[in-house]
Order: sequence, then C-alpha cells, then structure tokens
Amino acid sequence: MNSVDRRLAWRMLRREWRSGDLRVFFVAIALATAAVAAVGFFTDRIAQVLALNANELLGGDLIVSSPNPLPEEWLTAARQQGLASARTVEFPSMVGGAQRFELAGVKAVSEGYPLRGTLRIADDLFAADRETTTVPSVGSVWAEARLLSAIGAQVGDTVNLGQSKLKVEAVLSNEPARAAGNVFSMAPRLLVRIDDLTATGLIGPGSRVRYTDLFAGSADTVAEFRKSVEKQLSPLQRMQGVEDARPEVRQALERARRFLGLAAMVSVVLASIAVALTADRFINRHLDACAVMRCLGASQRTILSIYGRQIGAVALAGGALGVLIGYLAQNGLVAMAASVTNGTLPAPSMMPVLAALATAAVTVIGFAAPPLMRLRNVPTLRVLRREMTPMTGGARTTVLFGATALIALLLWQAGDPKLGMWVVLGLLGALVALGGLAWIMLSLTRRLTRGVGVAWRFGIANLVRRGRSSVVQVIGFGLGFTALLLLSVVRGDLLDAWSQRLPEDAPNRFLINIQPSQMEEVKRFYQARNQPDPGFYPMVRGRLVAVNGKPTAEEDYADDRAQRLVAREFNLSFAEEMAADNKIVAGQWWSGGEAAAQWSVEEGLAKTLGFKMGDTLSFQVADRTIEAKITSLRGVEWDSFRVNFFVIGPPQALVDYPATYITAFYLPEDRGEFLTDLLRTFPNITVIDVAAVMTQVRNIITRVSEAIEYVFAFTIAAGLVVLYASIHATFDERIREAAVLRVLGAGRGDVYKSLIAEFAVLGGIAGTVAAIAAFLVGKIVAEKFFDLSYSFDISLWFTGTVAGALVVGVAGILGTRRVVSTPPWTTLREVT
Amino acid sequence: MVKRVTVPEGELTLLTDIDFTIETGASLAVVGASGSGKSTLLGLMAGLDRPTSGHIVVHGTEITALDEDARAALRGRLMGFVFQSFQLLPSLTAEENVMLPLELAANANARDAARNVLERVGLSHRLHHYPKQLSGGEQQRVAIARAFATHPKLLLADEPTGSLDRHTGEKVGELLFELNREHGTTLVLVTHDDQLAARCSRQLRLDEGKLVAA
Repeated sequence: MNSVDRRLAWRMLRREWRSGDLRVFFVAIALATAAVAAVGFFTDRIAQVLALNANELLGGDLIVSSPNPLPEEWLTAARQQGLASARTVEFPSMVGGAQRFELAGVKAVSEGYPLRGTLRIADDLFAADRETTTVPSVGSVWAEARLLSAIGAQVGDTVNLGQSKLKVEAVLSNEPARAAGNVFSMAPRLLVRIDDLTATGLIGPGSRVRYTDLFAGSADTVAEFRKSVEKQLSPLQRMQGVEDARPEVRQALERARRFLGLAAMVSVVLASIAVALTADRFINRHLDACAVMRCLGASQRTILSIYGRQIGAVALAGGALGVLIGYLAQNGLVAMAASVTNGTLPAPSMMPVLAALATAAVTVIGFAAPPLMRLRNVPTLRVLRREMTPMTGGARTTVLFGATALIALLLWQAGDPKLGMWVVLGLLGALVALGGLAWIMLSLTRRLTRGVGVAWRFGIANLVRRGRSSVVQVIGFGLGFTALLLLSVVRGDLLDAWSQRLPEDAPNRFLINIQPSQMEEVKRFYQARNQPDPGFYPMVRGRLVAVNGKPTAEEDYADDRAQRLVAREFNLSFAEEMAADNKIVAGQWWSGGEAAAQWSVEEGLAKTLGFKMGDTLSFQVADRTIEAKITSLRGVEWDSFRVNFFVIGPPQALVDYPATYITAFYLPEDRGEFLTDLLRTFPNITVIDVAAVMTQVRNIITRVSEAIEYVFAFTIAAGLVVLYASIHATFDERIREAAVLRVLGAGRGDVYKSLIAEFAVLGGIAGTVAAIAAFLVGKIVAEKFFDLSYSFDISLWFTGTVAGALVVGVAGILGTRRVVSTPPWTTLREVT
Repeated sequence: MVKRVTVPEGELTLLTDIDFTIETGASLAVVGASGSGKSTLLGLMAGLDRPTSGHIVVHGTEITALDEDARAALRGRLMGFVFQSFQLLPSLTAEENVMLPLELAANANARDAARNVLERVGLSHRLHHYPKQLSGGEQQRVAIARAFATHPKLLLADEPTGSLDRHTGEKVGELLFELNREHGTTLVLVTHDDQLAARCSRQLRLDEGKLVAA
C-alpha cells in the first residue's frame, strides 16, 4: 500500500506543481525558512562581530585574574587548544622621579599584550598620540601624562620603581582595559615589561598583586576553554568575558539582540500566515478528489498519506531552498563584517540551519496539519452532494493548533520570554481587534452602497455576504500589514530613537579627580575657551560594608558581577535634583537639599545585588560609616554616556565627606589643544577618553540597523506572499462570480469595478486596523523593551489605509484579470 | 429502511419503508422527481451514508454494520461509480484516473488494465490528457472506464447523462449498457432520462421518499 501512496502522491504532485497550487505554499515555506535562517546567521555573525569589538575593550576574549599566578597547566592547555595568551601583573607602587614620589598603578605586561584592541602612546608630553603594537622595551616604562607631571619627569628621564631604575620611553595615552574596567578608580598608570619585574624586588609574598591572564582565539575554542577552566576556578580567581563589558556596551548589545529577535519573530508570523492560507486552500480544493478516492475504496490512512506526502515533500524542498538562500545571503554580511573586524570570522554555526528547518517544520505541522486532518473526515457523500463539507470545528482546531505552534516559535525566536510574550499578546490582541473591527467596518460598508453603481454595489455586497470569510481575509491581510508596518515604519522610528540616544555631541571625555578647591578655576578655564559648562558632579568613594546591618562579604554573592561590585569601592554622589534622563521606577526622590540621609539606587544594581526598597545600606567612607535606607530605585540610560551613579544620596548626607568632582563633556576631535592646556594647568586631573567605547556602541547600532535592513527584504517578500496567498485563497470563488456577472450581461468595466470595490475596501479595512495594531505593538515594544519613547504618527494610519487599499486592490485586479480576459463560459467550466 | 436527518427546522424524513432486492446481473433504474430521495437512496446503497434504521446487504455483506474504512474497502472491491459531474481527479491524466482504483486495490498491472478499458471506451488516443482538456462526453467515458476497470459486481450511476447533450448522452448510455452486459455487472442508475430508465430490466419510482412503483 505504501508504494501505491507514494506513487500516487508523486504523480499528483507533478500535476499540482504545474497547476501552481503548491507553488505559493512552496514559496511561503522557502521565504519563511530563508528569513529565519538569515536572521539566525546574522544574529550569529553580528554577535561575533560585536563580541570582537567588545573584547577590544577587555584586551582579550577571556581574562582570568587572581592574586596568584595562574597554574601553568592552564596556560599549556590554552596553547594546545590554539589560544593566544598574554599576562599582566598589576599592583600599586610608589614611583619616583627627579622631584617627588607618587602612587602609581603599575602594570607589568608580557609581549603580545593586548590580544584585542591597542595601546596608544605619544613620544612626548602633550604630543599627538598613535597606536602601537609593541610593549615597553626591556628596561623602559610607558607612563601616563598625569604621573609624569606629578613626579616632574619627561620622556627620556629615569624613574625609580622599587630597586630598579627604568627609562621613560613614551607617554601612555590609552590602554584597552582602561575603558573596560572601573575607569574612575585608577591611580595613574605605569606600564612596564613583565621581564623587568623581578629586578624591582616589589613582588614578594604578601604583596597586593593582581595577576591577569588574557586569552584570545576563535569563539568556539574560547567557549570550550572557558568551560574547561570555569569548574576549576578557586574563589579568588575571577573570570571575565564579553558578558562583563561596560554597562553602555552591555545595554547596546542587549538591545541589538532584541531588535534582531523582533525581526525574526515577524518573519515567523508572516510565514505562518502564508502557510496557513495556502494549506487551507490546497486542502479545500481537494475535498472532491478525496471524496472520490474514498468512493473508490481508499482508506482514511491512504488519503492522509497521499496528501501528507505531497505537503511534506513541498515543505522539505521549500525548507532546503530557504536555508540555501539564507546561507547565501549571509555571505553579504561577511563582507560587511569584514570592514569592522581585522581578524577572520569563524565559519557560521549550524544552529541557524537547524533553527530555520525546525521553524519550517513547526509551521507546516502547526498550520498545514490541521487542515490536512480534515481530509480524513470528508463525507464521501460529497460526490453526490457538493455542498457537504467536512465537519466544522476544523477551523477552530487549526487556529488552536496553529496558535500554539506560533506562540512556541515566537517565544523561541525572541530569545527573551517577556518580549516574546508581549509580541504574542500584541498579535492575539491584533487578531481579536482585527476580527471585531473588520466585522463592524464591513457592516458600515453596507451603507456605502447607496447611490453607487451596480458594480460597486455588487462588489461590496459580495464582501458583506461573505461576512465570515471576509473577516478571515481582513485578518490575513491585516496581520500581514501589521507586520510590514511594524517593520517598516515602526522599525525606522525605533532605530532613529535609538541612535538619537547617542547624538553626535554625546560626551566623549570624562574628567576625574577634580578637587573641590579647583572647581571654580576649572569652570573659568572652560569659560575662557568657549566651552560650555559641562556640569560637575561630586563623587565620594565608599565601600559597602553592610546591608540591613549584616556585614557584606564577596562570598555571599553567587553572581560574578555582584562579587566584583561588592569587592570594589562605590562612587557615591549627592544631588538635590535628579538628572533629567534618570527615571524613578520605585519610591520617590527627595525634595530639597535638607533631606535626611537616604539612598537612590540604580535598578540594575539593585537587581544584581538583591537590594529592595527600604533596605538599609551602610557605606564606609574614610573612617566613618554612613547608614541609610533605600527610598527610590532609578532607571539610568547608560548608553547616553552622561555621568551617572549607581548610588546617590541627598547633599545633607554626604557633603561633609571627602569628595572629588567628575564631569563628562563633548570635545570636538580638532580641539586636542584644549586637553593639553587643561592637563598643563591642572596636572592632577585625569582625562578618560571614552571615544573608543562610544565607537563600539555606535558600531553596534549601525551594524544592527544594517542587518535589520537586510532581513527586512525577506520579511517584505514574506508579507507579499501573505497578501498573494490571501487573494489566492478566494480566487476560485471570485473568478466564478465574475464570470456569472459577465454571463448575466455585465461589461468588463463593471466586473473590474466590482473587483476593485471589493478588494480595495477589504485592503483599506485591513490596512486601517493594521496601522492601529502596529502602533500599539510598536509602542509597547519600544517602551517596555527598548526604553525608547514612541509616539503615534498620523502618517502611519494614512499609510496603512491607503497602502492597504492600493496594494490589495491592485494585487486583486492582477490576480483576477484572467476573469475578464477569458470567455466567461471557459472560466465557469474550468472552475468546477 | 428509513433515513432521517435533523435540520434547523426540525427532523426531516428523506426515505421511509424502503425494501427491495436486486438480483445479480440485473439493471435497476431509480426514477422520481427532484427531491424524491433518489440520490439519498443511491448514497445509502453505496455505503456513502448510513440509514437511520434498517439494513443494507451487498453481495452477502451487511454494509450497515461496517465502519467507514471497511465500507471504503468494500466499495473498492465490489462497486464502481459514475457521477453526473464525472468526478475525475483534475491532477491526474485520463489513464491515471482509470488506474487509480486499480492501484488502490494494489493491482500490479494497473497501467495495462487501464489502457485496455480506455481502448474499449474509444479513448486510446486521449490517454495522457487531463480532464480539463477533454469534452464532457469524453470525461464521462473516462469515468465509465474507471468504474469498470476493477470489474465491479455492482455499478452505481448517478444521473450519468445528466450533464451531457442528448446525442452524447445517448452514446454514453449505450456504452454503459454494453459494458454492463459484457461484465455481467449489476447496474443501479438514478436518472431523469426516461429513455435510459426504459432500458433497465426494472424500475423503482420514488415519491417524497416512498417507494410508489417497483
């Protein structure tokens, strides 16, 4: 029996293919798979590109730091796995020059450091700097300008470090880890070669030293190495990867993933609609054939097997083609990616392929299987009475089954259950709204028929008469339009809103260590050089010593980031008013400068450390302890690059403690002399250049925008297939009715008009409802997940309605033009 | 035998007190006005539908006791069908349409058998045409060839000439009776065509679901 099923299935498939019925289905599956595969490949690639960028800030792909040198076996293992490695040893030490001694953060580095990113040096104090690929020569050091100013040394002078005398070879202006770590807490940097370390005699038992090993290699190898080493980490050893990047970069990466997830989800939705529509039509067209076969003795199983095989074969072929297209498309991205990364990217993983095929499978099973199952119940009596259709309830099964499959797919593709849930809810809401609104608007449309010609009346009457199927079509078109509008208009707005977060004049330099006594002078310095007052923020360094009276200890926290936060000093600040771009998410900001001691804590920090409203935090500042309750939680836009603090108190609480001031401002690239002058006038101030970090964030935004544009092409195609499938779904009925009209004496113009009326009204209704749905989904997604504000643009509505009427009207006419070009009798005989 | 259905307006009795037997090899015409229950009766005899009460026995098998798949298998083994609207599968050629019941019955020589019977109905030059490319008369001849391909014991025809012009209808009717004689098949046909009905050995007249003349 099996071979018979197979033979019959193949034989019918050949013919079905030629007749074009299954081609729409095939294209829908291929596009769905291509879109998901492309998004998958892109996300994969983009993530790798972004990770590489972020790693430049870290100095390597993975770093492990510890108070003791890392076991030699680890380094050997890393070498054997093909990873590059470098080592740094950091410790504070006094550095002496001709005039004085100053505390410096000494960093001894091995050759090859840094593995990712670059060091920048200058040949003289306040001279232009350049990138370098080397490290200090043996017997030499590179020192930060601030240190040289403090100790009164120049390039070429000799400085004392422990028992060694080392020559100042260059001025160090930037190092990767500078931006990646806690930029505000470092003593001025002195870079020395690791080979010179022993001679200084500074490293001995009990000395405060931090050994850091850096590793870099392909993503797979690094992940493998990370896994093998992670288990053996002692509590004192700390591992850091790209996940632990600066908050600005982390937040941008997170948004990037969400954007791409959104694009992927929309593709999935579109594909599912197209598959559902085409499968349903395919099945409906074969009800007669099934009844005949039942008459001729075919069992239910045989019928299922014959049609299941056809659909399965087409789905498989479509899926394979889709993966191929998706794979080819990502080559374009490789070229794009190559421009931002110096190294070569590892081959794309197989995951996107599997994900795409799984999507195709779930889509077909979820949306094509239920109609297929209906074939089993075809009443054989249909051969005698055509009006008999399979039991109702089949449609409900399809919706339930399909919806479940779709929700599962969405949650999976979103990669974020909450975002996925919101999109699912948005779509369900859109579904209900589309249905309800379509019904109301269709009823209202009936009134439009007064005083119009017979053709218009016929067209609109058709819509109303087919109420139920018209509503289903509006939903089909509507969801397609919703997805398209969401992607085209809303996407643009979201991307714009995102890049506006980082305007051209976003702060690119931070100044730290400004003494209170210098404040007025620094302000005057800005005024004198026509630079706007950037605003100065007080900063008090304090260690978190207790939460709710219980002393804190690193070991109490499982999370890596939490441990690090607890271990180091916090930068506390005080202010009367909250920064304009901060947002209270719980509790209340204090009023006035006289408010009692209390804390306002950044929500992300609170989450990481498990702080809740009302918790008492005790900070030790110098030799005193400040104890106060958390009275508010704040949302902070880290990627704005403005000065922000994790913990803020009212002035009253902190004003008596030793503070330094910090500011952030935008310095145009051609005003380097401003900084030189500044450093000459105030040698104690440290300038931190965050341009590199900003470039990373800008890169992320650009890359993701490009990727979305790219993926967008697939989504548009998928949307068009949905529209085509929607029109195709009732093609037979319409073509038949039009033929009847013509037989009854209607002219071609009348038929056209009736078709235009029907399709344009259908499209207009669908477009209007889609605009509303797209706006709502866009708003929720923007505000809930991207922290971007999004306001309604009336043009969206206009675009939806007009585009809907136009696209569906034109497509409808094109799709049914055969009606008017063939003699009606032929049409009537063909479509039986 | 009784057949009732429930419609929104209440219960509708389609057939009441139907009781008759057809001898093997005989031909029976079921006649009556539209809505008299002819097609309902045919559907019941074919096992396409079940009576509300009563039994139907075909070739010693009580089909009213079988489930849908078993009835389908029985149809494949014992019955052939000819419909007013031909009911050829549009995606299969003439030859493939005729092969279909043979293949469903796992006949290894389906193609040869199909060609033979298509030759018998005078369509050997139309083997590879699709139904769309055939005239009404030709389509019905393919349908007849399909019905006889499996050598059924019982042939059920629902208005076989109803969609054809008079001349073509006559020729198709002729063919139907010829094959019936050649194969010794029992023939049941539902028709409005008095000439066709007159050629049957027996006539059954229905009026509002009741047997009025046998």
